[in-house]
Amino acid sequence: MTAVAPASAVGTPSRRMADNPWLAFAVRRTGRLLVSLWVLVTASFLILHLIPGDPVRAALGPTAPAALVAARRASLGLDRPLWEQYVDYLRGVLTGDLGSSLGSSLPVSRIIGQRLPATLELALLAFVVVVALAVPIGAGMGVLTRGGRRRGGELAFSSASTVVGAVPDFVLGVGFVYVFSVTLGWLPVAGRTGPSSYVLPVLALAVGPAAALARIVRVEMLTALRSDHVRTARAKRLPAWQVNLGHALPHALTASITLGGLLLSALVAGTVLVENVFSWPGLGSTIVSSILEKDYPVVQGVVLVYGAGVLLVNLAVDVVLSLLDPRSVIRES
Amino acid sequence: MSELVFDDVTVRYGNARTGHTAVDGVRLVVPDGAVVGLVGESGSGKSTLAKAAVGLAPVTGGAVLLDGVPVPTRPGRRPVQMVFQDPYSSLDPRMTIGDSIAEAVPRGTPRAQRRADVLRLLELVDLDPARARAHPAQLSGGQRQRVAVARALAARPDVVIADEITSALDVSIQGTVLNLVRRLQRELGTSMLFISHNLAVVRYVASTIAVMREGRIVEQGPAEQVLGDPAHEYTRELLAAVPGAVR
Amino acid sequence: MTTMAPGVLVPVADRPAARGRWGSVLRTPVGIGAGVLLAAVLVLAVVAPVVWGAQAEAVDTDAILQGSSAAHLVGTDNLGRDLFARTMVATGLSVRLALTATVLTVVLGMLLGAAPLLLGRRAGRLVTAGIDIAVAFPGLLLALFFAIVFGVGATGAVLAIGVAGAPVFARLTSTLAAGVASRDYVLAARVAGVGRFRVLLRHVFPNIAEPLVVNATIGAGGALLAFAGLSFLGLGVQAPDYDWGRLLQDGLSGIYRHPEAALAPGLAIVVAGLAFNLFGEAVAKGIGLTSAAGVVRGRRAAGADRQPATERGPVAGQPVLDVEDLSVAFPGAGGPVRPVRGVTFSVGRGEAVGVVGESGSGKSLTALAVARLVEAPGEVTAARLDFRGTDLRTGGERAHRRLLGTGFAMVFQDPMTSLNPTRRIGHQLAEGARRHQGLSRAAGLARAVDRLRSVRVPEPERRARQYPHEFSGGMRQRAMIGMGLMGEPALIVADEPTTALDVTVQRSVLDLLAAIRRSDDVALLLISHDVAVVREVCDRVLVMYAGRIVEDLPADRLAAGRHPYTRALVATVPDMAVDLDAPLPVIPGRPVDPSAQPPGCAYAARCPLASDRCRAEDPPLAADASGSRVACWHADEVADGALAAAGAAREEVA
Repeated sequence: MTAVAPASAVGTPSRRMADNPWLAFAVRRTGRLLVSLWVLVTASFLILHLIPGDPVRAALGPTAPAALVAARRASLGLDRPLWEQYVDYLRGVLTGDLGSSLGSSLPVSRIIGQRLPATLELALLAFVVVVALAVPIGAGMGVLTRGGRRRGGELAFSSASTVVGAVPDFVLGVGFVYVFSVTLGWLPVAGRTGPSSYVLPVLALAVGPAAALARIVRVEMLTALRSDHVRTARAKRLPAWQVNLGHALPHALTASITLGGLLLSALVAGTVLVENVFSWPGLGSTIVSSILEKDYPVVQGVVLVYGAGVLLVNLAVDVVLSLLDPRSVIRES
Repeated sequence: MSELVFDDVTVRYGNARTGHTAVDGVRLVVPDGAVVGLVGESGSGKSTLAKAAVGLAPVTGGAVLLDGVPVPTRPGRRPVQMVFQDPYSSLDPRMTIGDSIAEAVPRGTPRAQRRADVLRLLELVDLDPARARAHPAQLSGGQRQRVAVARALAARPDVVIADEITSALDVSIQGTVLNLVRRLQRELGTSMLFISHNLAVVRYVASTIAVMREGRIVEQGPAEQVLGDPAHEYTRELLAAVPGAVR
Repeated sequence: MTTMAPGVLVPVADRPAARGRWGSVLRTPVGIGAGVLLAAVLVLAVVAPVVWGAQAEAVDTDAILQGSSAAHLVGTDNLGRDLFARTMVATGLSVRLALTATVLTVVLGMLLGAAPLLLGRRAGRLVTAGIDIAVAFPGLLLALFFAIVFGVGATGAVLAIGVAGAPVFARLTSTLAAGVASRDYVLAARVAGVGRFRVLLRHVFPNIAEPLVVNATIGAGGALLAFAGLSFLGLGVQAPDYDWGRLLQDGLSGIYRHPEAALAPGLAIVVAGLAFNLFGEAVAKGIGLTSAAGVVRGRRAAGADRQPATERGPVAGQPVLDVEDLSVAFPGAGGPVRPVRGVTFSVGRGEAVGVVGESGSGKSLTALAVARLVEAPGEVTAARLDFRGTDLRTGGERAHRRLLGTGFAMVFQDPMTSLNPTRRIGHQLAEGARRHQGLSRAAGLARAVDRLRSVRVPEPERRARQYPHEFSGGMRQRAMIGMGLMGEPALIVADEPTTALDVTVQRSVLDLLAAIRRSDDVALLLISHDVAVVREVCDRVLVMYAGRIVEDLPADRLAAGRHPYTRALVATVPDMAVDLDAPLPVIPGRPVDPSAQPPGCAYAARCPLASDRCRAEDPPLAADASGSRVACWHADEVADGALAAAGAAREEVA
């Protein structure tokens, strides 16, 4: 039984779209991104309308004069019909105008511009650390423990990675602060000052996902080592390193990327907690303080940025996957 | 008096531009009480045709008629039943084989009658009725396939479709299922569409043979004629490819 | 679970499988540990507020913000309340909120996940698309979003975390349900006229319940951590209530002076999260393991290790492959299992030898063992394993790499999976030659194109640049054969090379193998379950049963085999000349489980000629004057009459 039907499928001759799977893939993937972005923008628009009560009154407090509240409502456009506000909001998002903070009156786009780089640095560095740790460890453990070898090593690895992976990043951050800053005094407790101040936040963010990804890579490596085409590579009598690195690892990585992509986007969200542990001047601390201060325009803007970041990560994962495994382009159609 | 007719049946998947036609204008008659064999290679559309007859594939053109009326595909009594290829996946691992068979008994049958039916059917397919409470995991492949046959018969069908029912079985067991199919068909006189890629198996069971290729029936006729004096080039190719065939 | 023998009526308890599996999880060390931990957390959640409730609320202005002491194990907070008591009491709220959110997640997730099955095609697709979009966003981000919408506080956080988890759970449910819904037993139920809702309740949910419960357990751990996170950010539980996240936040500000205040709730979060996580994973692993190894546990017959004598039969000249007393063992629950037992044969220069047998007879494993491709934990032993006069048993893998890489070709069953899907065909062919023959990149590719042409792949230059998925099944198998021809092979070992192919494609692949054999004088070891294929292609046939060669005879004499199994195997396959008026002969019973080999002849239980001697003593593989070999005490009595009797008997009710 053929799993992948050859191009000469029965029936009408296929047209151009089907002839070029890459074009079809690009069209389909772009379509999905646009729909997701629209859902995201709409959701962030609705924040202001879904919260119970009057957001302006909530933000300004019960003692604020009614005239001020009314003026703020008017400046936010809340007195106009919903669809008009929606169109305005969409236009604003497209032109980069996200309104201004209720507290500081600064444009939201400027606040984001100031805060985003710190968060991006944190997330990217953490991503690099995750990959640098997880791939060699996971692949190595896969090779060492294949076929039920080294049961002791397997048990140690899986229990260690389960325990480490189960510690949430913010608790890990607190633990790191206690050990490395309070007790040993090696690294700063909080803030973004010099290179040394990056170490703890990046590690706190990276260690959990690294453990989880290492587990995934190991399992995928085991699957790859069992697969028929790796047996073929062994039947070609290639040396072990060439079988493992040339045939098994690419396969294991391709399979890991899908799950790894989810970890990566979770890492973007994880910055929110870690930034609060280390008083990191990024978007994460901004969104929390603005939620607590009920500064909704800022909240909306930051939600948009986080959501868009996640969608871009997902897009990148799909593109990388399609380049690594030409079948994935066809399989989806 | 139950004749299954595929009247110009077409099954298309996907949309007009990128879809493909799995079954293309098939006309085929399964006369009352006869076994029609359907042979073809993978991708020829023979399984899709079977699915179309029981409502598991969308009929996009033509109609499947039982005694002149479209085969009902709504919940309720289904006069056309199917036995699937893989007995390891066609029985719910969580249900006893008795429950699996009872489920197919037409609704509205009294409880006691239902239970009696199950025991009678198990006996009919040469299984000990005491095993009604066994789970599929406790049966061999051949026994499971016999349970699957019993389930199809439980629905009191007018026509049974057997889709590659021996190809997942070891050769030593294949014979038991084929013998059973022949015996039951003779005893009950059920009309049957017997699908297989194996010409020798089809020859053993069927009196009429249809050859399918790329969604179309390329040849059909009495078994001796199709196998002994094939009219279509493709049938000759198939016959020549059978291992051990005289070339 | 018991190993079942044919003809034995096994009493059946209701749902034996499920209950046994969940029970066995709790007998593993990790399962026990996780179970005890989880039970402790749950008990603490109920008991702690009663035991430490008063102490946790007792304000003591004389002991504000103290470090750990005998009176206060982890110190006190800014009102002098005992933090150990507060951490313990917080278990109640933390666990209760997490479980509430999990219930919400599970209910919402299952409703959404099952919707595509119940709704029509179009509405179902819409729900699935919605789930897909929501799943793209990480749970924490969704939780933040919903926390904003539902408002800051415990109720808002429960709703937020519960709703935020729903998309992932819905995706899981719909994926699992779709998997079950496409199974044949669901299709059969639909064909039988069972409605959608009943299918969902009777077939789908029972079959996905286990993974759902496991994931809900792990999800409860996740919800606990998420709650701690929200409370830590100040968006969850609000004073005067407190949970672990709240305590952690309070403790963090004073981490220089008394770190215990932050570390204790942190530790509590980790332990509780782990308890749920480990328990879920232990159950998941337990379920997975039992389904794979559950059947192996069986009795081991006495004397199963003793091998009867095997004669080698005459060997003309130097054989290409010479194997003596080859065995393969795998560790099993009840001692080593030996699917291949003392196999002895040789393959002469240019000779085609077939190996036939039912699935589980050890024929494919024999091929892998001679190719030295059996990996640990499998263990291969042999008294002799010579390829072109070189002893393959000595020296490591490295020693014979060149010899085997150029002279020993393998063709596997499934051409769909045996080629690397991410590499171009030409590259895959050239790879071995570049290593073993020192060819340059260009020379390797040129040779690959040449070999593709030799296996009759049209347009080899273009094809060499394509990926395997652009090849049809038959073309892939040709490419596999071409790969074996990159060197100058003396032997091609083909393991079921045409089983996955259509009959017309099979014909062309068999013809190709025959042509290569003729033109290059290559020996062929063809493993197949199909007697007809082997009879047509091979000179000589080895019949295997339960890991042993039971007969070795010329291919044209297969129908006149002296072993009853050989006769039966040939007779059970219907061919184009089979008598339409007689029932097909069958072999009663079923093949032997390799972990439960009987002491005597493994075929005795199914053999019409079996005597007491057969059941007690395994017959040796003895050679006759013509060089054929057979392992049967009754080899000289085998007659058509005995087999006809076997054929007429229906398979007994087992």
